[in-house]
Amino acid sequence: MAGTAVRGRLTWQTATVASVADETDTVRTITLDLLDWPGHQAGQHLDVRLTAEDGYAAERSYSIASAAGEPVAITVERLEDGEVSPYLTQELRPGDQMEIRGPIGNWFTWEPGDGGPLLLIAGGSGVVPLRAILRHRQRAGSTAPARLLYSSRSLEDVIYRHELDQYRGSADVRYTLTRRQPPGWGGFTGRVDDAMLTRIAWPASQRPLAFICGPTQFVEAVAGLLVARHYPENRVKTERFGGA
Amino acid sequence: MTSPVSRGFHRLSRPGDARAGQLPPGQHTTADFPVLSAGPTPHTPLQEWTFSIREGGATLRTWTWSEFMEMPAETVTVDIHCVTRWSKLGTVWRGVPVPALLDQVAHDPSYVMAFSDGGYTTNLPARDVTGGQAWVAYGYDGQPLPPEHGGPARLLVPHLYFWKSAKWIRGLDLLDHDQPGFWENYGYNNYGDPWREQRYAGD
Amino acid sequence: MALDGNAIGGLLTEIFAAEMTSAQATCATCGAVRPLADTLVYLRGPGTVVRCRQCTSILMVISRVRGFNCVDLSGISTLDATAPSA
Repeated sequence: MAGTAVRGRLTWQTATVASVADETDTVRTITLDLLDWPGHQAGQHLDVRLTAEDGYAAERSYSIASAAGEPVAITVERLEDGEVSPYLTQELRPGDQMEIRGPIGNWFTWEPGDGGPLLLIAGGSGVVPLRAILRHRQRAGSTAPARLLYSSRSLEDVIYRHELDQYRGSADVRYTLTRRQPPGWGGFTGRVDDAMLTRIAWPASQRPLAFICGPTQFVEAVAGLLVARHYPENRVKTERFGGA
Repeated sequence: MTSPVSRGFHRLSRPGDARAGQLPPGQHTTADFPVLSAGPTPHTPLQEWTFSIREGGATLRTWTWSEFMEMPAETVTVDIHCVTRWSKLGTVWRGVPVPALLDQVAHDPSYVMAFSDGGYTTNLPARDVTGGQAWVAYGYDGQPLPPEHGGPARLLVPHLYFWKSAKWIRGLDLLDHDQPGFWENYGYNNYGDPWREQRYAGD
Repeated sequence: MALDGNAIGGLLTEIFAAEMTSAQATCATCGAVRPLADTLVYLRGPGTVVRCRQCTSILMVISRVRGFNCVDLSGISTLDATAPSA
């Protein structure tokens, strides 16, 4: 089956950190070297396991930030009272090792053959798998129209801002800034609501495919708004994030 | 295959871990109060809420919320221990001692099964809910018990792992013979003493 | 609040030795058919509880006891891993 990079059995394998790059004050992208990576689809995630010297182990899941065919990368947001995210975003350096298993997930994925138009709606770090989808769409040369609505506290908190701004013309990227806006901001503010969707959502008659990712409350609210706009439930794919 | 060590990674150090002598084996302290549940938070309005003691399908006694508020209540400070390894020391609760409720029915069961909104159950020997060991708690930290922590009322049995302290409790079934409740059915220990680390069946 | 079945993708593959997030599950209680990705998932407790998004009845309970996964699937009447995703 072309394009599916799915393993029947998942095993943990050692990954070495190839590079780290800070996206914002609290968010970092980690690129990994893997010996035996079967490839992945945009939207999939992987599980990370860290083992301390005393044998203590912690596991977390992170969306893959890169497109199919690109080196595996994850983007991690530092949670203030977290146990794993402060380590990954502040301590971890190239050459360090972790275990990963993946890729995981064949529901929340997009391939060019799935078509569009695409409506991608991100809440905070929920943008990570949607960014992978946009990268994949671009690399594949897909002409499916795409719009991203990205809800963020402020412009400084927008992850991948420079890259997302480059899509002008090939994809429609809009931010809604919920807490702080820069002077002269002409874009959306506040929570995603029906008025905002009236301006950005494809009409249901165009058979759009929607992907919503972010905290549970965000996802449920937005999914409800899309279903109320007659998006069929099986054309609204959701992925909920929660702090561990 | 041994897992590679992730340089510089260690478990989170937590306040109060220095008092490790007070902790059951395998536990660590937490400053926050994690919310764990097996299902959506119920929202039974207080005017519909009842607490019942039942036996063999018959209801022996029921309290409405206002009747429940007239029962003798105590404020207690206890340590709680979750089987997922967090412990919280010095938590303050207000509630009705379970014996005050059981005394209202002239029965002497060997076991009880706590049952809750949403279908959750957990079983306990009757002697483990006697004096000074168990309450039906409706206040936490000086405030009404919030729904995500089991409000309006939950069972509080701090000497056992906290899955025995059933959230959203609506009553007790009196039993002659022990029966496993929800997690006990899924491989968790029938009794659950944290000091003997009785997490799973057979421990 | 609950997460969804995406959060247990790795665990489901451990159990079924196959990718399962797009598997269509029929709720034994209300008959709703939805992918496992679209279920209500309660993690962080003694075990993992997977519920039908439509009626909130339990579909699956997974507890990890002494390194083994114990799985109760009795809340699912049919599980179809071959159905197309959309």
